[in-house]
Parts: sequence; structure tokens; C-alpha cells
Amino acid sequence: MARARGQGWLKGYAIGYLVFLYAPVFLLPIFAFNDSAIIAFPLSGFTTANFQQLWATDAMHGALVNSLQVAVAAAVISTLLGICAARASARYEFPGRRAIIGFIMLPLVLPEIIVAVALLVVLVQLGFALSLWTVVLGHVLVCTPFSIAILSSAFQNMDRSLEEASQDLGEGRMMTFLRVTLPLVTPGIVASLLIGFTISLDEFIIAFFLTGTEPTLPVYIWSQLRFTAKLPGVMALGCLLLVLSLALLCAAEYFRRRSARQTGSSGGYL
Amino acid sequence: MSRADAGAMPARPSGIRRLLRGEAAQGLVLVSPTFLYALLLLAAPLTLVLLISFWTQDYLELDRTFTTANYAEAWSDPLYRLLMGRSLVISGVVTLTTVLLAYPIAYFVAFHVERNKALWIFLITIPFWTSYLLRVFLWKVILGYNGVLNSALLGLGLVDQPLTFLLYNANAVVITLAHAWAPFAILPIYVALAKIDRSLLEAAEDLGDGPLRRFWRVTLPLSMPGVIAAALIVFIPTVGDYVTPRLVGGTDGLMIANMIQVQFGKANNAPLGAALAVSAMAIVAAISLVFLWLNRRFTRGGG
Repeated sequence: MARARGQGWLKGYAIGYLVFLYAPVFLLPIFAFNDSAIIAFPLSGFTTANFQQLWATDAMHGALVNSLQVAVAAAVISTLLGICAARASARYEFPGRRAIIGFIMLPLVLPEIIVAVALLVVLVQLGFALSLWTVVLGHVLVCTPFSIAILSSAFQNMDRSLEEASQDLGEGRMMTFLRVTLPLVTPGIVASLLIGFTISLDEFIIAFFLTGTEPTLPVYIWSQLRFTAKLPGVMALGCLLLVLSLALLCAAEYFRRRSARQTGSSGGYL
Repeated sequence: MSRADAGAMPARPSGIRRLLRGEAAQGLVLVSPTFLYALLLLAAPLTLVLLISFWTQDYLELDRTFTTANYAEAWSDPLYRLLMGRSLVISGVVTLTTVLLAYPIAYFVAFHVERNKALWIFLITIPFWTSYLLRVFLWKVILGYNGVLNSALLGLGLVDQPLTFLLYNANAVVITLAHAWAPFAILPIYVALAKIDRSLLEAAEDLGDGPLRRFWRVTLPLSMPGVIAAALIVFIPTVGDYVTPRLVGGTDGLMIANMIQVQFGKANNAPLGAALAVSAMAIVAAISLVFLWLNRRFTRGGG
């Protein structure tokens, strides 16, 4: 009895907590479709004008294209680096393994402003011009730990006997990796690419410090937040970004689970 | 360093081949691209920040004579002391709130959700993956003078005038950060709780412990490593948060990261900014070490 009552309380709390977590996110579509120049209740009517206005804003399109380029580059590079590190740590024993992997995972806990400032200082000292590529350099640093986390579980849970079978049947190391290992962890790789893309697309601080004259989408949004008149448009843009992120995440989760099923594990959590 | 070790060995082809075939060498070669990337783009830049913090800005040039003047200024100027202290207090409150609020959720998913555990975890993590900038901005919309909360309270007749203590102060920063970092607190606690051997809980029950005593004496101590991990994961990054204090903090809610940005930007005093950043990280590292020490004590005591 006591247990059932406790469970009821906890469940109520859990649902309340989810409402708290999702409250800000729910407001986005509400204000994106609201027909008013100010972001406040009461709502005044339904409109799609904010989205139409976005369609006609060239500066936003430029920022979107910049962001997509950066996100694709960051996702691909961090996944490649993630494959190397995750495979090395899952398959091989080597001296300093924990220290090396721990160091690579450091950006996970380091405040982003420290990463951003440090990179900025180096680039300025070396005389590099800031550009979208410098943003990619920073994003790879923060995306790689997530790639490693996803790919490590994929590599660890893989059935090693399949690789051994391939080698017994006469395939070399390289071909075994390409024809046996890689296909087995492909869902993990796809999940890593999607997560890297999402992180880079939403990342602001590093982009804010390292971008030159071409803003990424979050930097563009930041510049718009100052102008009250621009806010309904920002809400519409945020709404679209939210839908895109959600789609990417669901896809990533699908592939992560497939990876877990394929490799025979119950699945690890990020 | 590891790469260099591998390359510095005897150059006879057979020797190298034998070495490359070794387990350790293969692992090192494989991890080296990622490790080199982190060395070049993280270790080297952090070292340079440390170096610069001992230099002086001379208009557009950096004067490279060694000096500790930046640290003297960073640690004695009342404004910087205020911002540093405030950052630590805000992060401390955020950490405490987030972990306390997160624990019951983690407990619920670990012990009371039979199926769909993965779905719950997924639901909890989704908001974290949406744009941070927009989430912070939406809190501004919720807490503002004409905001969601005030219009709801006015509409319900609970207040006569909009509440003004909601936005542009430290409270707003705490609420926003506690919301933003919730998933990061829930996951480590959940992992620690899920790992607990259920037979220990049954044993406590068989030995006559009620639910509360059992929780206090068995569950909580065993989940302490997860709690400490959650506290660290929330504490370290929030000390250096830039966006939240800037958007919802007003002047009374600004934190050290805002000052670091000003020094690297408008004030054009990178050495002072570097000294502030290094100081902040040193303090955070010291606090984290205490946390880790606690973690080890609890793991040993509970294991």
C-alpha cells in the first residue's frame, strides 16, 4: 500500500517535472503563430505571416547556409575522430589510455567560453583570419566527446568473434574492418553524425567568438534578440529549428537503438 | 608523446612492423589523430591562455615581459571579486537545486518504470538538445514584466501589478540554469541508481528497515557517486555561463564569463581576460577536487 502511494506521488512529480522541462519549448510555436508584434499573453490571433517574413529575409538565409555548412563539416570530422578514439579505447589496451581518452572528453565539462577564448587567442596570435572554418575547428572539439560516447558503446558491444571469423577466413585486417566491423557499427556512426550535426547547429558561444563576418544561425538570432520588432520572426525561426532538431534527434535515437539491437546490447545512454 | 615514443624505436623494418603489430602500438596509432587534434586545439590554446595571463596588453601589441599584475588586479579589484563570488554562489545554488529536483525523477525512472525506461530517458534529454539560446530567451518571455507568468497571475487576479522581482536578477539566472542543466543531473544519478543490486534493498527490508530508513541507509549512500558526478557536471560549466546572465540577469545577475568576454572584446585587454579565466578555472578545479575526494570516500565506504 505504502509503496503504491509512494509511486503515485513520484509519478505525479515526474509528470510535473516534464511539464517544467517542456514549458519553454511549448511557448515557441504558440508565439510563432501569434498575430502580434509583442511576445506576451493574451494571444491576439492566428497568423503565418512570421514564417512568410522569414522566407523573405536574405540575411537569415545566408546564416542558415553558413550553419548547415559548419554543421555538416563538424559532424563528419568529429565522427571520423570519434571512430578512431572509440575503436582504440574499445578494442586495444595501451599505456595512458584512460588519461588520453579523459583528455579528449574534457570539452564535455569545460565551460564553452574557456574553449572559445582559448581558440580565439591562438588563432589571433597565429594571424589566422576568423571564418566559418575556425568555427568548425571549435565545434569539432565539443562534438567529438559525444561521438566517442555513442561509438564506444557500439564498438564495445560488438561481437568480436565475427571479426575473428573473418580473419580466419583469410581477410586482412583492413578488409575485415571495412567489410565486417564498419557495417556492424554503421547505425552508431549515423547516430553520431546526427548528434554532431544537431550540436553544431545549435551551438552559440564558440560560434559567437570564432566567426568572422559570416554569422551562423544562432549568432544571427543573437543579433536579432535586441530588436523587439524582430522577435516574432525569431520565434518562427526558433520553431522551425526546434522541429528540425526534433526530427534529427528521433532519427539519431532510432539508429542508436538499432545499433544497440544489432550489436546485442540493451543500449547505452548518453 | 605516445606517437613520438612509437616513432623513436629502432628503425629496422622488421622491428617497426613487429612494433606496429603489438596491441599497445596499434591502439596508440589509432587514437593518435583524435589525441593530436585535442593537443593542438585544446592543450596548446589553454597553455597559451595561461602564458598570456602573465603578459601585458600594450595597445595592439602584447608585451611579453613576465608579470603577475593581471592576477593582482583580478584578485583585488572589487568588481572582479564580486563577479567571481557571485558566479560561484549562483552556480552553487543552481547545482543544489538541480540535483535535489533531479533525484526523485532519476529514482522514479530507475525503480518504478518497468517498461519504456528508454522512452523516459529520451523524453528527459530532448529539451537539452534544442537551441540553448532560444530556451534562455523563452525564460525571458516567461518571467518578463509583460511575461507569461505575470499575465497569468494578473488574469487569475492573484496579483494587482506585474511582479518585478522575476526577471533581471540572480533568481532568474538560477531558474534558467536549473532548467537548462536538468538532464545532465538526472542521467548520472539514474545510472548510479540503476546499478544498485536489488538484493541489497531486499536485505535491508528483511532486516526490518522501513522504506524511509532503507532509502536513507542503503539507496542514498549507494547512489552518492552519481549525485557527486551530477553536481560536478552541473557546477563546472555553469560557473562559466555567458548567455543566461547576459539575457536574463540584468546588471545584478552578471557573472564572470560576461567580464571575460568584455576583456577579450571591447576592453581589448586579453591578458586580464586570460587571468580572470585562469583564476575562475583554478577555483572551479579546486572545488571539483574536493568533490572528487568526497566521491572516492563514498565509493569506498559504500562498495
